[in-house]
Amino acid sequence: MYPTIAHLITGAADLIAAFLFMYGLKRMSSPVSAPSGIRLAGYGMLLAVTASFLNVFTVDAAAKPHLWINLALAIVALLLGASAAWFKGRSVAMTEMPQMVAIYNGLGGGAAGAIAAVELFGNKTHGTGQLVVTLLGGLIGAISMSGSVIAWAKLDEVLKKPMRFPGQRLVNALVLIASLAIGGYIVVIAQTGATPLLPIASVLWIFFGTTLLFGILMTLPIGGADMPVVISIYNAATGLAVGLDGYVMQEPALMIAGMVVGAAGTLLTLLMAKAMNRSVSNVLFSNFGEASTKKLS
Amino acid sequence: MHFDMAITGFVALYIFMLAAFGGWVIIGNVPAILHTPLMSGSNFVHGIVVIGGIMALLNASTVTEQIIGFFAVLLGAGNAAGGYAVTDRMLAMFKTSGQQPVRILHARHPAKKS
Repeated sequence: MYPTIAHLITGAADLIAAFLFMYGLKRMSSPVSAPSGIRLAGYGMLLAVTASFLNVFTVDAAAKPHLWINLALAIVALLLGASAAWFKGRSVAMTEMPQMVAIYNGLGGGAAGAIAAVELFGNKTHGTGQLVVTLLGGLIGAISMSGSVIAWAKLDEVLKKPMRFPGQRLVNALVLIASLAIGGYIVVIAQTGATPLLPIASVLWIFFGTTLLFGILMTLPIGGADMPVVISIYNAATGLAVGLDGYVMQEPALMIAGMVVGAAGTLLTLLMAKAMNRSVSNVLFSNFGEASTKKLS
Repeated sequence: MHFDMAITGFVALYIFMLAAFGGWVIIGNVPAILHTPLMSGSNFVHGIVVIGGIMALLNASTVTEQIIGFFAVLLGAGNAAGGYAVTDRMLAMFKTSGQQPVRILHARHPAKKS
């Protein structure tokens, strides 16, 4: 009885939230209606988050004994994270907005990566397809998190100079290939049932470790002036990771909101790069953050 | 009656395709001055990830899952609340005068002219 009603209410809340997100973004893309757009999206978020607590009626049998602890943890984490970020976002100087967007985007990427990690460590994925999507969500989320943190550090002038060394692109490529290979190895283990070289938990830690490392390495050589484009790329990446996590969690609101942001973020990235007269690959790979300004002078 | 959904295979791909197309079209005609607020706004929208975190944490059955799930909710909530606060402050600047936004509307993005 309760599970059915809970599903009905969360389903309806998610549907309304998905609509409000899209309608809110639409209103946000015109200066006249923009302030009301964010408010509408905000209502959607409040509704969906409140309704998501009805999932206490539908938890797995294995999690039933821990339900009260989990519920308390969820409420504490929600209040703590929301209030800290809210007061920081309200009090920070207007000129520091770009790095705040970077750090909040990093938080979202981290959350997406962490959700994938919970599913992987708990061995909750069903079938190869879902495992691959979870690994991909974790990969993109983790890259987005560490990359956004570096972007924040650069804009906040914690890191002042782009860090470059010879053969950097080769090292970056090797680290990415390594984390993809570890992901592939996890899939092979799951499919063949072979005993892994290390305990599976260690393999997962190494997977997330190399992925986070790649996000850092990828962002380090890019100059501070290019950071808005880079943040926009990571914003789209986080959206994609959220969408993939939504598929794993069977949560259509996450799938839709994540994918809308993934596509919108990609288009925004292209528009921003165009406004700077640069191509996106030029920003990411040619280490021109400073070289291009040198050419002009 | 069942209200829970099973989204598998092609249904998932259809949802992804339509949502991606929707996102692309919604942003289509945005003027250049709204690039940063809109990036911030879409950053807020993917804060919905907090729901996934809550579901993952509620279904956690080991200490490892509980710790990672706790961080998922913590970070996701930060994304949503911070994203809203920052976007709202940015967009509040568009509310000041009635005349200014009208002029801004006509100032199209240079990339759009070509």
